[in-house]
Amino acid sequence: MAMITGVLRRPTGYAGVWGWVTTVDHKRIGVLYGVSAFVFLLVGGIEALLLRLQLASPNGTVLSAEAYNQLMTMHGTTMIFLVVMPLSAAFFNVVIPLMIGARDVAFPRLNALSYWVFLFGALLLHMSFLVGGPPDAGWFGYANLTERPFSGSGVDFWVLGLQVLGISSMAAAFNFLVTIINMRAPGMTLMRMPLFVWMTLVTSFLLVTAFPVLTVGMLLLLFDRLFGTHFYAPVAGADPILWQHFFWLFGHPEVYILILPAMGIVSEVLPTFARKPLFGYNVVVYSGIVIGFLGWMVWSHHMFTVGLGPVANAIFASTTMLIAIPTGVKIFNWIATLWGGALQMKASLYFALGFIAMFIIGGLSGVMHASVPVDTQQQDTYFVVAHFHYVLFGGSIFGLFAGIYYWFPKITGRLLHEGLGKLQFWLMLIGFNLTFGPMHFLGVAGMPRRIYTYGAESGWGFWNAVETVGAFIIAVSLLAFLANFFRSLRQGEEAGSDPWDGRTLEWSIPSPPPHYNFATIPTVHSRDAWWEEKQRRRAAPAAVAGASNGGAQPSQEEAGHGIHMPSPSYWPLVVAFGVALLAGGLLVNPLLAKVAVAMAGGLIAVIGIFGWSLEPAAASPTHGQ
Amino acid sequence: MQQAGALGHSAEAEHTSTGLNHRKLLMWAFLASDCLFFGSLIATYLVNRGRSLVGPYPHEVFSIPLTSYSAFLLLMSSLTMVLALAAVQRGNAKWGRVWLLATALLGIHFLANQGYEFNQFAHEGLTPRTNLFGASFFTLTGFHGAHVTLGVFWLTSIVVISLFRPHTISPKNSLNVEIAGLYWHFVDIVWIAIFTLVYLLQPAPPVGG
Amino acid sequence: MSHRPEAHERPHPTAMTYIAVASVLTVVTVLEVAIYYIEALRPALVPLLLLLSATKFALVVMFYMHLKFDHKLFSALFVGGLWLAIGVIVALLALFQALIR
Repeated sequence: MAMITGVLRRPTGYAGVWGWVTTVDHKRIGVLYGVSAFVFLLVGGIEALLLRLQLASPNGTVLSAEAYNQLMTMHGTTMIFLVVMPLSAAFFNVVIPLMIGARDVAFPRLNALSYWVFLFGALLLHMSFLVGGPPDAGWFGYANLTERPFSGSGVDFWVLGLQVLGISSMAAAFNFLVTIINMRAPGMTLMRMPLFVWMTLVTSFLLVTAFPVLTVGMLLLLFDRLFGTHFYAPVAGADPILWQHFFWLFGHPEVYILILPAMGIVSEVLPTFARKPLFGYNVVVYSGIVIGFLGWMVWSHHMFTVGLGPVANAIFASTTMLIAIPTGVKIFNWIATLWGGALQMKASLYFALGFIAMFIIGGLSGVMHASVPVDTQQQDTYFVVAHFHYVLFGGSIFGLFAGIYYWFPKITGRLLHEGLGKLQFWLMLIGFNLTFGPMHFLGVAGMPRRIYTYGAESGWGFWNAVETVGAFIIAVSLLAFLANFFRSLRQGEEAGSDPWDGRTLEWSIPSPPPHYNFATIPTVHSRDAWWEEKQRRRAAPAAVAGASNGGAQPSQEEAGHGIHMPSPSYWPLVVAFGVALLAGGLLVNPLLAKVAVAMAGGLIAVIGIFGWSLEPAAASPTHGQ
Repeated sequence: MQQAGALGHSAEAEHTSTGLNHRKLLMWAFLASDCLFFGSLIATYLVNRGRSLVGPYPHEVFSIPLTSYSAFLLLMSSLTMVLALAAVQRGNAKWGRVWLLATALLGIHFLANQGYEFNQFAHEGLTPRTNLFGASFFTLTGFHGAHVTLGVFWLTSIVVISLFRPHTISPKNSLNVEIAGLYWHFVDIVWIAIFTLVYLLQPAPPVGG
Repeated sequence: MSHRPEAHERPHPTAMTYIAVASVLTVVTVLEVAIYYIEALRPALVPLLLLLSATKFALVVMFYMHLKFDHKLFSALFVGGLWLAIGVIVALLALFQALIR
């Protein structure tokens, strides 16, 4: 056993590339998540631009039908699993421990594993571009389009890539579930937790419960494709609708997995810049929980036209309308938070306001779909495409950008440029509405989704051309962000520890935070803990000077020396590589190579797990520093 | 103290908001999640078992006596598992190891029965490719068997590692055994559900069949 | 907030309790198999067997997994997942009209 741990001794350094590769620091892992997700945002964005170019005019010839299907599938899969989810995970990582007054997450190495498994899963999915072509069955992968006779090896990459990504998401969700329940600073009761922490908790619970359902659905598909079973083949008596149920049983909680973190971010940004506490904190928390709960009971509204019968359709229509209530409650609470506030019009607030406005539009078209007859008209038209882009882009992406502008100074110590930020906001808002607004019209006019071209006589050419222009404006807005990002990294204004005069604990420590976060673990006395603390200090500066709660004092550096943080580790990388190799091996032919590569991957993962569990908690101090 | 922490590095009592151990909480969350995994597999089986177009059908292949024996084996393995934990918590490492090995052996016996059963079914012409019943049955019970296999490896690893590092099953570290036990009992209760839903509550044979 | 670890746990049952539970589990299993073979009980087969298997399930969870004696958060987590799983099974069976077969 000592042999195994001896091979890769626990590393001690934080510097250089290896410092990043072996890091178990939640802030660094958050940055890795964020940067990777942003790269995939650009990849998925380029795919979207190609799709829009093809559709810009009737009888487009930019893409073949096959290439269109492939890019459409990859665009959807990428944006959901490789952009919005990991970008949310980036915020969980960077912000949650800081907000709850913890020095790290509950399982730092598991956290690193989540990231590496995510990265390898994403690479596995994209390897399909090199071998046999990417998947072409849509991001929803409806059976039996995904069966062997109808689709190529791309679907194998899709299934296995998503399985691997599922491991990553679940591991991260378990970690944050335990972290939030167990690692709150003294005094931070559940109902004193910041809203973002609450929404992360609900999201994590949804993830760990919903993902296994998709895992099973995809395992059955994998067996059909690799081992010749007939789970989704009507020829053997199977009902391919089973796939749709599994997919949407996962898929609808997934919708809330994508939007709840953004809602949490907006619930932090609005009070900060409105200089008011969040209106109706309790109600916002409860409605978040109710959304999570109801999110489980609405999946068949994606299947109204399948023919489930009037009883099933009526039940799912009712639950879908019900879920509009807690969602509406949140929107009213956000607006009431702004009402009468002393608004500080920062770029972050712009994006948060954009989120509210766009999400309302997307939410309203969502309520329209809840009605079965209306949905029957709109099913599979561009109206639906407009709806889910308004909630996922107008909602999630705008919310996430609000978070980026809000927390960038905490992560880097420098402010993003406000002017460039507002420019990006207006470009994005205009481009977004030009791209997705007309889709409502086209959908009602009858343009079906998932088609690679259309004839001139349809009369859809004009709005399609407008949409393509809009898509390029969005691209320009992202370039503005990139310019802002790189400029601000080097010459952005120094942020200081608390640039927004914030309310939550992350603003009580320096920017960027030291690797141990809090020199002294703070004690929480109320909601908006840091705000209250500042009020108390103002009220009685002398009395509280001695009883500091780990604020940004110059003595922080000295205070940090006695704190033991977990050392970096190689094992998460080893296990992640083994898992990815195991999955990738299943794609190798012939059979012998398949078994050999998969077993090698399994063996590496097992060795990694043993090395992991036998490794000491920290590098022995004599070797360190 | 740091070296003392192999297998989960928590020799010292952690301070947590709820007073609950991180790893134990993680295991319970995992089990909640695994409920959905097996729930989906069981649903697949129940939806599909009556849809086969060709035989063999469930009532033609199931051997209730063999499966009842297997169910009994897993129930007894839960008893030995909980006795192992009790011994470790008392500080009796020797009996802890004995009961852990007994649990692993009962698990292996269960797996051997399953192998025999699968083999019998194959002889009677039932494979995962034969029909929907076969595909769903082998997938559900196969994943359960995989869980048992993992459990056997886990328990064996605890015993082997404890021979080199005795403190890993000291009363202070009994959590190492307790968490493995939670996993093991879960695998047992999944079988309780499968035994009833899959084996005992068979669909009525096709008319005239 | 600073409870000592395991502060909520009441003392675990003794080995005798464990053996008693195992005996009950064995008896219930025998009963299940017996009911399966008794022709007269056919009409009540489904409710009887579901009840008995739920009993076994509950006994293992409460006594062997110690949920009866442990922090109620564990119960909440596990029961939450369990109910969702049962919900998924029942909903899918209803949607595929496979409840009564």
